[in-house]
Formats: sequence, C-alpha cells, structure tokens
Amino acid sequence: MKNKINEAHEAVEESSSSESLEHTKRIVVIPGEVIVSGEDFLPGEGARRDGENIVSNRFGLAEIAGRVAKVITISGAFVPRRGNVVIGRVTDITFHGWMIDIDSASSAFLPIEESPRFVSKEEMDQFLAIGDVIAAKIWSVKAKGIDLTLKGKGLGKLEGGFIFRVIPSRVPRVIGKEGSMVSLIKEKTGCNITIGQNGWIWVKGQDTDSEIRARRAIEFVADKVYVDGLTEKMEDWFEKN
Amino acid sequence: MLTVLLKKWRTGLKKINMTKETFKRVDGRKLNELRPMTAKVGVVPNADGSAMFSFGNTIAIAAIYGPRKLHPQHMQNPATGILRCTYDLLSFSVADRKKPGPSRRSQEISKVTEWALLPAIDLKGFPNTVVDVQIYILQADAGTRTAGINAASLALAHAGIPMKDLICSVAVGKQDKNIVVDLTKEEEDFEEGEGATDFAIAKLANTDEFTLLQLDGKIQPELIKDVMKLASEASKEIYEVQKKALKEVVQK
Repeated sequence: MKNKINEAHEAVEESSSSESLEHTKRIVVIPGEVIVSGEDFLPGEGARRDGENIVSNRFGLAEIAGRVAKVITISGAFVPRRGNVVIGRVTDITFHGWMIDIDSASSAFLPIEESPRFVSKEEMDQFLAIGDVIAAKIWSVKAKGIDLTLKGKGLGKLEGGFIFRVIPSRVPRVIGKEGSMVSLIKEKTGCNITIGQNGWIWVKGQDTDSEIRARRAIEFVADKVYVDGLTEKMEDWFEKN
Repeated sequence: MLTVLLKKWRTGLKKINMTKETFKRVDGRKLNELRPMTAKVGVVPNADGSAMFSFGNTIAIAAIYGPRKLHPQHMQNPATGILRCTYDLLSFSVADRKKPGPSRRSQEISKVTEWALLPAIDLKGFPNTVVDVQIYILQADAGTRTAGINAASLALAHAGIPMKDLICSVAVGKQDKNIVVDLTKEEEDFEEGEGATDFAIAKLANTDEFTLLQLDGKIQPELIKDVMKLASEASKEIYEVQKKALKEVVQK
C-alpha cells in the first residue's frame, strides 16, 4: 500500500525550512486527487472514498489526523458554521428582531430574546439601529437562514474604530494558533481587535496611526498563505514598521 | 493501356490524398499536439475564485462569485444551489469588433458551459443559493468555449466549491482525412474535402465521463471513438497544466 501523503509531504519539507518539523502533515490537493490510499483511512470533511483511495472533493490543504483524512479550504466565500463569531451590519428591524448582513449566502437574524439585556419591542432601534455594526455568534444554521446571538463574551455593538475585510479563508491565519497572532498584534499596536470568521475585522485603538498599523499588520498576515513560523516573521515585521 | 493509365491516376490520387505521415498542419503541429497552454489561478482579486486559461492565442478568463443569495427568488431551489454561467467575447477579442452584449451564440455557449461543468460540482450544501460563473474571452483564436470551460473549472476549484473532479476540455477537428486536436481559427475555416469539422469535448479529468460533446460540421460515426480517444489523451496534458496552476497559487 502506497502512502502518497508521506512522499508529497517530504517534498514540501525539503523545500521549506527546518521550522516545519512540528506542524501536522499537510499537502495541497486539488479536486479529484488521491489524498491517501488504503482501507485504514476514513474520509473526513471535503473528502470521499473511491474504492481503495480517499479522494479530495475540493481544492485545499489535506490533513491526516489519526485515521481521518480531511481537506481544509484555503480560498472562496465564507461558509457559516455554528459557533462562529462574525461581524455584521444591521440592515432591517422586524417585529421579532434584527436582520443582519454577515456577508454570506443566506441572511442572518438576531432575535430580540438573544440580546444580552431586556429590550422593549417599542424601543428596538435604541438598542440597535439600522447601520450599526455588531459582533455576534452564530447560534444555528438552517436551510431557512442563520440565527445569531449576542449572549457571550466580547459580543455586542461595536462603537468607534473601523472595520475592514480580509479573505474569509485567511481568518485562521490572522488569529494564529490559539490566538497567538492576534494577541501579538494587539500587544504591539495597543489596539482592540475583533475578528469575524466572515473576514470582517474591527480595529479600535488610541489613535488612528495605531489603528492603521494594526490593519497593515493584519493585511500582511492575510497575504501569506503557506508560511511556517509566521508569528516569528511578524515580530520582525513590527521591528521594521 | 487503359489499365496503365488508371494505375497512374490512382497513384497520383494517393499522393494528393494526404496520409497521416505526410499531412502537415498549418502551424506545423503534429496531429495530436496541443497549442502551448498557460494557466493562472487567482487573477481577479475581487472574485471568490478566478482563473485564466489559454490555448495559444485564445485567452479565457473566468471569475466565480458565490455561493450567494439567488435573485430572482422564484429561481431558488431549496434542495440545492444552482450554477449560472455567463460566457461572452470581449469587443476587442476578435478581428472585427464584436458588438457588446449577449448574442444568440454567447447564450448558447453559456448554457453548454453550464451543462459541461455541472456534473463535476456539488451544490447540495448551499440551498437557495447561486454560484455565478463569468467567462470572458480576451483574445479569440478558435476553441474559446473549451478554454472557457478549462478556466471555469480552475476558478470553481479556487472558489472552494465542492467538486468531484476537474473538467478538461478540448476541441477536436477533422482536416481532410485526419483527426487533429485543438484547432486554430485558420484550421477551423478549412474548406477542402468535407469542410470544417469542429468537435468540442469536455470530460472529467480522472474518469471517462464526458460532459460536453458538441459537433459542428461533418464526421463519420465510426470516427467518433477515435475523436474521443484523442480528446482523452489531450485532456491529460491539460490536466497537468491545471494541476500545476492550482498548486502554484498556494506555494508562492
């Protein structure tokens, strides 16, 4: 039984520096490409079984964790998942809650019961008016639409600062391993940063200069797709900029 | 005397009839030789996925938007997302200026492109949405729909759309008695013998599933097998180019 991922991974390791010893085995795969062959493996997200082989269903990075082979997307539009924190803008106020634009295929709804404190139905626009920007968590994803909640740490209306957009698939890069990247940027610029999984990022700092510095730092990170030891590279970047 | 003459006439005829060995294509390519191909992924920063693909002088560019909310609402399908293709030539892509806007021809090609791409992609995970595929031809030298399908297939993969396989597409033609691959405009206007034969073919890269067979001109039914075989061989070369382009976008 040929283990294709090992061969390909060795090739990647040779081309990159020795920093990549720790990270999990990852190779770039395209749709229809065999990730690994053998009955021992199971297809995870973005993969399927085709006879002997586990075949990729999309373009991305293939990862083998134990027996499961899955493919992580590295490009494309935002696909909402339960538990994602997103940044959105209020587009409409209905009788039961707010309609929120979260830059995804289906619209999102924030029910009035999901606001952190009691809001009277008569005074809904005093809590959130049309055009307000919020950080919310996705509470459920159904065929009908997406439901949001504001109950949770760090969620709520975003005031001051500014928002900008990065490619949604690069958000994990910007956050870093266990938030290492974003906490580094926060520490170096002194800005308050909220990152939505939909690629919208809110930055608020002491002054505009530090906000712009944070934005440039985030855009620098989002530009790099396949770099190892990015946190260290970022530290160098902050010394230069 | 008569038989000798007849014999002479027959051998003469044989010399005129170009056989596989002596036949030369206008640009000196072999019968199964494709024009030089280039492919590049991620050429349109504002799209969710994009790609450029070219066969010699034919250049196609494809951009993907979505999955996004589908309007008009009556077209929404609660069971699956839908694919919507738009193909068009840019005004400056042809020798005589092409009048901008949809035409009978571009609408037809949009539709066959959609049908050619659909078997490879799976939009069940995105109900009520649409994936818009925009294909524009920057420079036309025959084989624009096939270049467009190749570009669209790359762009769909780049947009992270779930796909079973990439799609490779190539045109096969008949020049006199020879089956040739990837015609140029000059070859497409071939008027000797039976005239021009242009057979656009698209297939899944790793299996023998054909998604587009569009014949323009004449061909003998018994030759269709050879045509498909030639297209399959050419697809392998196209697939390698596509594969390289997709992998390059990550490793830069």
